This record gives sequence, structure tokens and C-alpha cells, in this order.
Amino acid sequence: MTLNELKIGERARITAVGGQGAVRRRLLAMGLTPRTEVFIRKFAPMGDPIEIHLRSYELTIRVEDAEKIEVTKIEE
Amino acid sequence: MVFALAGNQNSGKTTLFNQLTGSNQHVGNFPGVTVERKDGTIKGYKNITLVDLPGIYSLSPFSKEEVVSRDFIIDQKPSAIINIVDATNVERSLFLTLQLIELNIPMVIALNMMDEMRESGSTVDIKRMEEGLGVPVIPISASKNEGVAELLEVAVRTAKTRQNPKVTDFCSGPVHRTVHSIRHIIEDHAERIGIPDKFAATKIAEGDDILMDRLELSQNEKELIEHDVQEMETEMNMDREAAMADMRYTFIDNLCAETVKKSGYSKAHSRSLKIDGLLTHKTWAIPIFIGIMLFVFWLTFGIVGTTASDAFSGVIDSLIGVVDANLTNYGINEVVHSLVIDGVFAGIGSVLSFLPIIVILFFCLSMLEDSGYMARVAFVMDKPLRKIGLSGRSFVPMLIGFGCTVPAVMATRTLTSERDKKMTILMTPFMSCSAKLPVYGMLTGIFFGSSAVKVIIVLYVIGIGLALLCGFIMNRSVLKGNPVPFVMELPNYRMPTGKNTGMLLWDKARDFLTRAFTVIFLGTIIIWFFRTFDLHMNVAATADISMLAYFGRLIAPAFRPMGFGNWMSTTALITGFAAKEAIISTLTVLVGGTGKTVTEAVAGLFTQRSAWAYLVFILVYTPCIAAVSAIRRELGSSVQTIGVVIFQCAVAWVASLIVYGIVGLIL
Ligand SMILES: Nc1nc2c(ncn2[C@@H]2O[C@H](COP(=O)(O)OP(=O)(O)OP(=O)(O)O)[C@@H](O)[C@H]2O)c(=O)[nH]1
Ligand SMILES: [Mg+2]
Repeated sequence: MTLNELKIGERARITAVGGQGAVRRRLLAMGLTPRTEVFIRKFAPMGDPIEIHLRSYELTIRVEDAEKIEVTKIEE
Repeated sequence: MVFALAGNQNSGKTTLFNQLTGSNQHVGNFPGVTVERKDGTIKGYKNITLVDLPGIYSLSPFSKEEVVSRDFIIDQKPSAIINIVDATNVERSLFLTLQLIELNIPMVIALNMMDEMRESGSTVDIKRMEEGLGVPVIPISASKNEGVAELLEVAVRTAKTRQNPKVTDFCSGPVHRTVHSIRHIIEDHAERIGIPDKFAATKIAEGDDILMDRLELSQNEKELIEHDVQEMETEMNMDREAAMADMRYTFIDNLCAETVKKSGYSKAHSRSLKIDGLLTHKTWAIPIFIGIMLFVFWLTFGIVGTTASDAFSGVIDSLIGVVDANLTNYGINEVVHSLVIDGVFAGIGSVLSFLPIIVILFFCLSMLEDSGYMARVAFVMDKPLRKIGLSGRSFVPMLIGFGCTVPAVMATRTLTSERDKKMTILMTPFMSCSAKLPVYGMLTGIFFGSSAVKVIIVLYVIGIGLALLCGFIMNRSVLKGNPVPFVMELPNYRMPTGKNTGMLLWDKARDFLTRAFTVIFLGTIIIWFFRTFDLHMNVAATADISMLAYFGRLIAPAFRPMGFGNWMSTTALITGFAAKEAIISTLTVLVGGTGKTVTEAVAGLFTQRSAWAYLVFILVYTPCIAAVSAIRRELGSSVQTIGVVIFQCAVAWVASLIVYGIVGLIL
């Protein structure tokens, strides 16, 4: 599944970061690398962008970029 | 010696820069405040220049201002790098650190925000971190000036002894093998073009084609490299960029596991989450934002602002009265008397009385920025702005534009596409800047009495509406395209510090006063001169036959359709190009010396209807000279800049005419 499909607060691990070019490099630099734990904190009022939590900070990305990030849910 | 400050956005570089150099550069709790390089001399060290740079997250830059930082660090080879690391955000910060270390220049790490770490009971094992990274690590708190002296001492020592980082290798596994093999291949080439081989090797492994070309490798060498990279990709089961990022973060994760002890969220972080529960709430975020903006207006134009500015103008008026009486007693020449009282004092006085209102407005804007709210606004507004093809980031320059167009236009550097930048630059001047406030204040006071504030609010709304309309049209015509990506950190909310706010307000007040006593002062004298003498250089009996009236009448017809085609109001528009406040100083000087009060005399120039048209024209027409030169700098083209000016004037003319028509129907 992809990052944007998670429910709010559902913890998951990144398996692959898709996309290309500068945006992808920025996402990798911001710490969205394989095996990193993330969850969705909230959606903006109009459903986009989303606020995600990773590496103990809050990052906002658009849904279209989140769609390119593959994750697997962490079973509690 | 030259020290460079490098680090992530919002890590406190400028705060440290100000502490070390005693300067007053703009600090804000928003990622991407600094957009250009700033040099300063370190206090007590005349021979050390400190360079503040825009924040970066890696040495592969994303936007224009980040290129400045990368180029400076790689090409200028500073004597030492002071790498600021946000201790509350170590993992992400160290990603850049590892790349900086590969450059193999003397470096120290300033572990900033230690006060926030302490507050939440988190600790960092400094010794262990120094060992792991091979560079000195000094815990500091830039805003509280803790540890800064020690940091400087260590930085100077490291630079003087040319102590390069002790560790430069952070790779493991397949990446390690590939990078080393690439390093062997390119060693000589890298040395020839003066780039550290370790750095070049990881960049090549990542797939930096530009560097690849610069290295001028042979076909055989290129194939060898390609082969190594493919091997790495297969073994890691990811592409080269991901593999390299993964390698760095793996190292960082291990290091942090050993050195950083935190339990859950930091205090500042959980506080922020609570505040955001309301401020970025799914339904309440937008109403709250509008509410906050209205509150800012209320503070500025409501009871607080008007009381302050009335009191202030009382002081100015009595001062003028004293000087006036003394000059008359002295029996000074009448022309000189007129120059001093009707020209200089009346002109500058009319503008100065608005100082309190402007200070209040800037206070509010700085609160929005320093608290961290601005980043949230960008987050909330991203989707709505995408309807006109912009991103949430574009909202920030527009908000700054309510203060002053110059820094607003500069802030567009953080936008990653030229198209977004152009569009935002075109839209920003529609946001009424603070210099237009005195003009609105005076004219609405004269013509609309108790509904003055309502008229001002309508003017702001018209400005915003026109900006959106222009954006909408441009997005569908000349500036088609997709909005830039939006990847932004949401910093923790922080209490704005008194020092920062004080310095900012002082800076803005000084700007305003400087303008009043330079541009506006000169302007009033020139206007006074042309109003006092006629074409034959005799003192004109009435202003109507003065030189200025003659020139003013040449362009006045253009404004006749909107009902303000008199030479006085059109002349004021011309001086308004130098500084918007000059519009009222000019009007004051022009109507002076007729025996009537300024209010009565100006009231004779317009009707309510033409006052509306005049105000709308002022709202939209050409940005002032300072803003135009800022636009010229950002667009990098005189032709386009002239285009912007003509565009704004044309829109102003049309909008003014429409408003004149509409008001005519209503009144
Ligand atoms: N609590 C705390 N806050 C700090 C400290 N140093 C800086 N800040 C705050 O961090 C925020 C960012 O500071 P800046 O100096 O503007 O950061 P910068 O690195 O120059 O940011 P950019 O120019 O955007 O790259 C401001 O709100 C500062 O007040 C510190 O030691 N402790
Ligand atoms: Mg800065």
C-alpha cells in the first residue's frame, strides 16, 4: 500500500520511495528512506497536503507525492 | 579567515550569526527565512569573516537560494565550516553533516537548541558523537547565547591548525565497495578540478551527471563506474539515489541510537501538537486564519492604532506650532517660512504621524512569523492556492507583502520554479504594503469619517481579489504550468523572543524614519519649489499658475474619467513612485498656504466617489522604486520589470474606472 492510504495514526514502515528527480531527492534527504517508521498526523482542511511524522519531526507533503511512497503497516 | 555557517533551514544559523557578529539580520521561525548570503565580522576577531547562508538539507540543492549555499561551500572553500545541527532534530540534520564532512575541510558542529533538549530532559552523549563523526561537537543555545564563546574558540583553533575531519567514511556493505572503487577511478580527475575525491565519489555514485562531465572521464572509466553502480543497485535492491540516502541514514540511525536519549516527544513538540490540534484543525483552520487576520486589522486600525497615532500626531502638531511661532517672531523671510512650515514640516509631519500604526502592523506580522504560524498557513493554503497553479509556499511572500513588498519579493527565491516565482512576484504588489497605510488613513479619514476603517478593509479585499483574479487569468494564459512540489518541515511553535521582536520593530521604524527624512524630505522640498515658483521663476501668486500645476495638467486628463483629473492629485501619484507615503506629504504641501486646513483643502479635491477611485488607483498602481528594483533583481530582466510596472498601472486604471462606475451606481 502507499503512504496516503494509511489511516491517521496508523504506524507503517517505508519500503520504497518512488517518483523521480529533485522532489524524490528532497524526500530522501528529509529522511524518507526505506525502513523508516512513519504515520500520518493529519490531512489539511481540504484533504491535501498531509502532515506526516517521521524521525521525530513533522513534515508536510502532497498526496500525489505520498502516492509514490510504498509502505507496510506495522502490526501492533 | 572565512567561516561559513551551514545547516538545515530553521536550525538557528542567523540567530548565531547575529550573536557572533552583533548584526541584526532577520530571524524567523519558518524554514527558508534567509535567502541570500550575508557576511559579517566576528566581534573581537577583526580578521574573521562569518558568512550566513540559506538553509539546506543536502548538497544537492532544490531551489535557487539553496544553490547559493552549495556553491559557496564547495567553490569558495571557507577556512572552516560551522555546521549548525538542531539537537531536537538530529537525525535529519546529520544527513547534511555527513556530506559536509566528505568535503574534508576543517569543521565544527554547533549542536543548537540545547535549551529545548534540557527542558524535556533529553540528553546527547557529546563525546561519543565526536568520536563517531570525527569533528568537534559543541552544545550551544544560540538564542540564549550559551556555549557560543566556546564554539568560537574551538572553531578558531580547528581552522588555525587546519584540522580536517578525522572520519570521512560512513559507508557500509555494497555501497562501501562501490564508493571506494569509484574513488580510485576518479582520484586524479577530482584533484585536477579541485574537488575532494571522497565527495566526488559519493556524488558520482548518486548519479550527479554534471560532476561526471566536469571530471572528463574516459569511456572505459565511465563503464567501470556504471558496472560498480549496477552491482550496488542489485545487491541493495534499490536504485543509486535511494541506496546512498539509505547508507547515510543507516549510519545516522546507529549513531543516534548510541548518543541521543529522549523519551517520547519533547515539551516544545507536544505543545505544538496541541496548538495545531486547533490551528490546523480540519474545519476550524481556515475560519481561525481569517479570524487572526481580522484581529490584526482590528489591532492596527482599531482603537489601539488610532489612539497611538492620534497621540503621536498631537505631539508633532504642537512641535510644528512652536517652530512656526518662533519663526514668525524672528521675522524670517516669508518664502523661507513657507518652505519650512508648509513644505518640510507639514510634509514630513503628515507621514510621521502614522509611525505607530506601522509599528503595530509589523509587530503583528512578526508574531505570525516568529511563532511558527506562517508555516501552518502555508500548509493550510496549499490546496486552495493550487486552484490558481501556485503552492502554499507562495502564500508567505504575499503575507510579508502586507508589510513591505521588498522583502516579500525577495522571499520568492524559496519557490522552486521560475513560473511560480514570476506569478508570485506579479501578485505580491496587490497586497497593500504598510507604506500605503498613511495614504489610506488620511484620505479615508477625510472622506468617509466613521466608516473609514470599513473602506480600508474593502481596499485590502479588493487588492487580494485582484491578485487572485490576475493569478487565475495568468495560470490559464501566459504562465501555464504545474504548481511546484510542496515538501516542508513544520517547525515547533516558539515564543517570539523580546529581543528579536524589538530589533525587528526598531529596524522597521528606522526604515520608515529614514524614508521620511530622506526621500520624503527631498520630495517635499522639490514639490514645494515647483509649487511656489512659476515657469518664469517668479513666486507664483497662487499654486494654480505654478510650474507644478503646468506639468500636472499634462497628465491629468488621463484620470478625468475617474473624477480625479486635477493636477494636484495626479502630481501626488508621481511622487508616490518614490515612496507611497509621499502621496500624502505631497498633497499636504500642495494644498498648503491657502489659509484653509489641510483637511478642508483636500476635501475640495475629491468627491466621495472620486476618492474611492483614487484610493483604488493608489492600491494597485506601480510599486515604489525600491520594490521595482527588488523585482528587477529577482526577475533578472529590465524588460520584464517594465512590463510588471506597466501591467500594474494598466490594471490600476481599469480597476479604478470600474470602482468609480460602481460607486456612482450605489451613491
Ligand atoms: N529555543 C531555541 N530557539 C532557537 C535557538 N536558536 C534559534 N532559535 C529559534 O529558531 C528559529 C529559527 O532561527 P533562524 O536563526 O532564523 O534560523 P536559520 O537557520 O537562519 O533559518 P533559515 O534562514 O530559514 O535557514 C527562530 O525562531 C529562533 O528564535 C535556540 O538556541 N533555542
Ligand atoms: Mg537564516
